Amino acid sequence: MLFALVMLPAVGALGAYALRGGTRGAVAYRTAWLVGVAALHVLLVADAWLDPPEPVLHGWLALDALGLVVLTTVSGLFAVVTVSALGYLRHENPRGGRAFTSCLLAFLASASLVSISHHLALLWVGMEATTLALAPLIFHRHNRRSLEAVWKYLVLSSVGIALALFGTFFLATAQADAGAAARPLVLEDLVAGASRLHPAWLKAAFVFLLAGYGTKLGLAPMHTWKPDTYGEAPALVGALMAGGLTSCAFLGLARATEVAMAAGQGPFVQPPLIAFGLSSLAVAAAFIIGQTDVKRLLAYSSVEHAGLLVLGLGLGGVGAYGSVLHLINNALVKGLLFLAVGNVVLATGTATAASLGGLLRGLPASGVLLLVGLFAVTGSPPFGPFVSEFTILRAAMGGGHLWIAAVMVTLLAVSFIGLAVMILDIVYRPAPANRDPPLRSGPESGWLVAGPVALGLGVLALGLVIPRPLQALLSLAASALGGAAP
Amino acid sequence: MQRAADSLLLLVILTNFLVLGTTRLSTCIRAVAWQGALLGLLSLALSSTWSVHAVGLAAGTVIVKAIALPRFLAWAIREASVRREVEPRVGFVASLLLGVLAVFVAAAIAERLPVRGAHPVLLLPASLASVIIGLQVLCTRAKAVTQVVGYLVLENGIFLFGLTLIDQVPFLLEVGVLLDIFVGVFIMGIVVFHINREFDSLDSARLTALKE
Repeated sequence: MLFALVMLPAVGALGAYALRGGTRGAVAYRTAWLVGVAALHVLLVADAWLDPPEPVLHGWLALDALGLVVLTTVSGLFAVVTVSALGYLRHENPRGGRAFTSCLLAFLASASLVSISHHLALLWVGMEATTLALAPLIFHRHNRRSLEAVWKYLVLSSVGIALALFGTFFLATAQADAGAAARPLVLEDLVAGASRLHPAWLKAAFVFLLAGYGTKLGLAPMHTWKPDTYGEAPALVGALMAGGLTSCAFLGLARATEVAMAAGQGPFVQPPLIAFGLSSLAVAAAFIIGQTDVKRLLAYSSVEHAGLLVLGLGLGGVGAYGSVLHLINNALVKGLLFLAVGNVVLATGTATAASLGGLLRGLPASGVLLLVGLFAVTGSPPFGPFVSEFTILRAAMGGGHLWIAAVMVTLLAVSFIGLAVMILDIVYRPAPANRDPPLRSGPESGWLVAGPVALGLGVLALGLVIPRPLQALLSLAASALGGAAP
Repeated sequence: MQRAADSLLLLVILTNFLVLGTTRLSTCIRAVAWQGALLGLLSLALSSTWSVHAVGLAAGTVIVKAIALPRFLAWAIREASVRREVEPRVGFVASLLLGVLAVFVAAAIAERLPVRGAHPVLLLPASLASVIIGLQVLCTRAKAVTQVVGYLVLENGIFLFGLTLIDQVPFLLEVGVLLDIFVGVFIMGIVVFHINREFDSLDSARLTALKE
């Protein structure tokens, strides 16, 4: 069953590529294929909830609590995004969409691989595969700007991935003393034999893994690829990256932290995590103020939330629980925002705030969705992110790190102001009158709105109540990371 | 075998300096090709038995790192008609000095990290030095092709270290690793080619349209 989680979308990717042509029939076939595979994948994940699968391949592939959280998040987000893709591919018929569809499915396959890999080198292979799968999607428009964006993305991501591999090699070396019976680089054996891991190699491994997976996560100062990439990629792809890729990169980092904590290296590991978390919050806040492009604004918001994830991980205790919960909330809310912005860009042809306006009148559904997204992403109750951010804040205050809590609240407030200024502006301010061509507006396709509405409802639901099974799963994940449930 | 391995590692460090110090792009590419060949030889020198696996890995390394990728890069610069590196942000002399510093830093770090098993003394320093120098080339050079060369040097450094793990990390993984990295560089190469088409040059300093 674990194999199916990866093979289904992989085969789906090949199948989507097999049909050539840009005819209406071919496009319809491809989008149906995409939705079908995504739906089947969700069913497989649901089955994994009801009937947890056994580890396979000598324990290389297994599904633990943290992996299941990431898998569910990615699978669910992907399914919703494909609903929007139905509308997107109809309006913007991109050379038949062959490469687009198969790369989307390849991304799902590699993200599934990352979630279920308990062999850390196999996890690395999955991360590399997500990097490669996303590159053609970013380059989708084939113009000069997206070329520049994909070049920056590839250079930074490749360096990050290479450093992560270096760290993985160091981890294998650290494990060399653990005895011949231990399976190299398998998570269970790393954690079980953690006391026998060589400390110097383990610390060096963590440094490189943090640098490498941190680059993929978009932590400052390795975040510079995010604004350009999110700005130029189609909004669908932005949603998948902000929700899916971020979750996978966080999982890689979380596995490294899990091993380090089990080996008692908590005091070494936590300060850099907290430092990167706070610096990401600071950089995000600095660049959100005065931003002119909506998608770049969301990119910096993604940097901010990546910082929050890592901050929670570093604070430990209840913070780990908060981080894992925030992973889900972040994916839902980023999906909502990106899909809403995508609708706006599709209808108006621009993402520059100065050229937009009057969304509440022109594109009412998207306008409302943007407002909902604004309040959700900045952590207002009753939405989900409020709960997770508050949990992380509690961890900061409870651990005696009052200054961290103060800095965090201040930076979040600054980001809130920056985000609110732009989004309120484009939703309420009347559209620029002298715009040429005039701002298109009108009824919005049901397909394009259904997705973000579903995500909005989900993020609201998570803010009101966290279902019992999910709570149990989050507690398990948190305790694996050296933390505890609130 | 140990003496041979030490000499090979020394040559690897020297090829790094060749990459740092030369103005001609074709020399850069040739240096990294030589490095790939040296890595292939090293993988044979360091394996305890010349099993089919070991010979296959060495052959694969030589084919990919010493022949295929350098040929592809050479084709790219022929298509783009670039010959010389322009004066980089850090001058050539300064680059070489930084390279020397990199080797010292690598040796210092290597002292703190004891490598288990009978491996040549120079292995970890050479690996770390290649990683640092590869990053340095990536950060300080202007031409996209040289940046790809820097990335290849970085990868070679990581591969060097991976040679200590031949006995531990299973076969499937090594193939996967090489393949993935290869594909990554391949795509970078294609993008570099397209950059040339779009921008009529391979100068990544021109990639400044997107900014705040």
